[in-house]
Amino acid sequence: MSIVLEARELTRHYEISRGLFKPNALVRALNGVSFSLEAGKTLAVVGESGCGKSTLARALTLIEEPSAGSLQIAGQEVAGAGKAERRQLRRDVQMVFQNPYASLNPRQKVGDQLAEPLLINTGLSRAERRDRVQTMMQQVGLRPEHYQRYPHMFSGGQRQRIALARAMMLQPKVLVADEPTSALDVSIQAQVLNLFMDLQEEYGTGYVFISHNLAVVQHVADDVLVMYLGRPAEMGPAALIYERPLHPYTRALLSATPAIHPDPAKPKIKIAGELPNPLDPPPGCAFHRRCPHATERCRVDVPELRLIDARQVACHHAEEIANRS
Amino acid sequence: MSLLDIRNLSVRFGAPDAIPVVDGLDLSVDKGEVLAIVGESGSGKSVTMMALMGLIDAPGIVRADSLRFDGHDMLTLKGRQRRKVVGKDLAMVFQDPMTALNPSYTVGFQIEEVLRQHLGIKGKAARVRALQLLERVEIPGAASRLDAYPHQLSGGMSQRVAIAMAIAAEPKLLIADEPTTALDVTIQAQIMDLLLDLQRSEGMGLVLITHDLAVVAETAQHVCVMYAGQAVEIGSVPTLFDAPTHPYTEALLKAIPEHSLGAERLATLPGIVPGRYDRPVGCLLSPRCPYAQPHCREQRPALEPHVRGAVRCFYPLNLTAEVA
Repeated sequence: MSIVLEARELTRHYEISRGLFKPNALVRALNGVSFSLEAGKTLAVVGESGCGKSTLARALTLIEEPSAGSLQIAGQEVAGAGKAERRQLRRDVQMVFQNPYASLNPRQKVGDQLAEPLLINTGLSRAERRDRVQTMMQQVGLRPEHYQRYPHMFSGGQRQRIALARAMMLQPKVLVADEPTSALDVSIQAQVLNLFMDLQEEYGTGYVFISHNLAVVQHVADDVLVMYLGRPAEMGPAALIYERPLHPYTRALLSATPAIHPDPAKPKIKIAGELPNPLDPPPGCAFHRRCPHATERCRVDVPELRLIDARQVACHHAEEIANRS
Repeated sequence: MSLLDIRNLSVRFGAPDAIPVVDGLDLSVDKGEVLAIVGESGSGKSVTMMALMGLIDAPGIVRADSLRFDGHDMLTLKGRQRRKVVGKDLAMVFQDPMTALNPSYTVGFQIEEVLRQHLGIKGKAARVRALQLLERVEIPGAASRLDAYPHQLSGGMSQRVAIAMAIAAEPKLLIADEPTTALDVTIQAQIMDLLLDLQRSEGMGLVLITHDLAVVAETAQHVCVMYAGQAVEIGSVPTLFDAPTHPYTEALLKAIPEHSLGAERLATLPGIVPGRYDRPVGCLLSPRCPYAQPHCREQRPALEPHVRGAVRCFYPLNLTAEVA
């Protein structure tokens, strides 16, 4: 399989002004994330607010330059690419946002919005563009008469279908979806998730699926990347991580997700406290203040990602946890 | 006599013959009971509780055969009398803690205000009590948080403050409207634990409004499932989850990713909730229901009680099934 997206030590820091006489503070929103994504596969990025998942999305879609690290889209290095090359790269990476109403133009007909990517990026005639839009609308479950309607005339689920159709118009190699179903109701969420999977089968697009909800991701993901405070905590095949999570944070996340039929064999893990202030991250492992397994070493040493049990874990005590469970 | 008793509540917006947002709803909550109201957006779950709190303004029209809370008739209660009940015996926690708190006043002041208004506790005594309340809702470093403004707190902290305000006057019934929807999963678990702990220790009634069935399964004793303004199924946990009797409940449960593990695609309920102009003549679910018969498209079913609860369906499911 061909690799469509490869990130190596991707990093994004923001400088925050703290006032006239204080030096600027540095927020390490994204701190060395590496992964690769194959065509037709889905990488799920999971974490709570402030863990850097949206910053990652912005870096992957070329909205923001990474501060350091390298990013390759379909084998093409992003850093140092010229204007024309970047234009092509932008065609290859598309994005679907959390709030579909905010990402659609309220004054433009849905059909015209879907045709716009073709107008800008291809030399197709008006009739050809219309044809392509109609085909895509049918694929995402919209009716032909919807072409002439405005976004406010649609329900939330339909708007997300429109947003997805627009992102897929140019048949991108990579689709980055930032919390695409978290604004939707359960029954609609299932419809939209199925549509995501249908389109992936049809076009072989690689998905980066960002979510805070592990239960949603479980169904779509091939690989999972769990992030905490800008760093990867655990990354590996989805089946493996759901079956036997090794990082204490992954375990806590999985156990905190409510379930209709909770597994009685897996007792609830309670973690206290909240995400630390990113302006003043704790020394050592960022999770140590909330971690039930934390030792002296965790307060000093930053754990690096290590390969344990066929997945990568950034925890000093992953082996003990693996042996115990 | 139950703590809260709602009979045939309907809420309309605009003309008196407008489509009801809440339609013929019956509910009751006992002291120390946890009732969850579940439904998708627009199903009328929030409006029901807003009507109870008296928060529906014109052009909203609230009608009910009975809307009684703790011996008070909430339909006719006006002004000063209403304010003695609402906020004291009947308190509410909202979805978005950031907008529920006043940004111009400190957290301590806002909690003290509740104590002053409803219990007549003033000055130093109020401050001491406010501190106790912040400690009760497990805010770390509570003493230093008394003088904090809401913008200095995280979402989870703000929600804890909102809960502290709600329980300040020791309410008999607490209504929590999507209290954890705006929060992260690990924080959500903490807040739900806190709410249940408070409910148990104070013996409050708790009405939990949510769209998340999994949260209900882990917390509530009784559930009311709403669809397009009507209660379609009322039952108790966990039987409702093991053997749903209404097709909508069944579909909601199936749509949760947890239930489609290993399957190629998620189970879905086709279509969307009917709007103002496409309301079916018959059962409101009939256009989306996989079991619909011609009869369902012509007549509206009533909410009929059965052995394990009540269901609004001509052909209820799983009724004959043995449930342990």
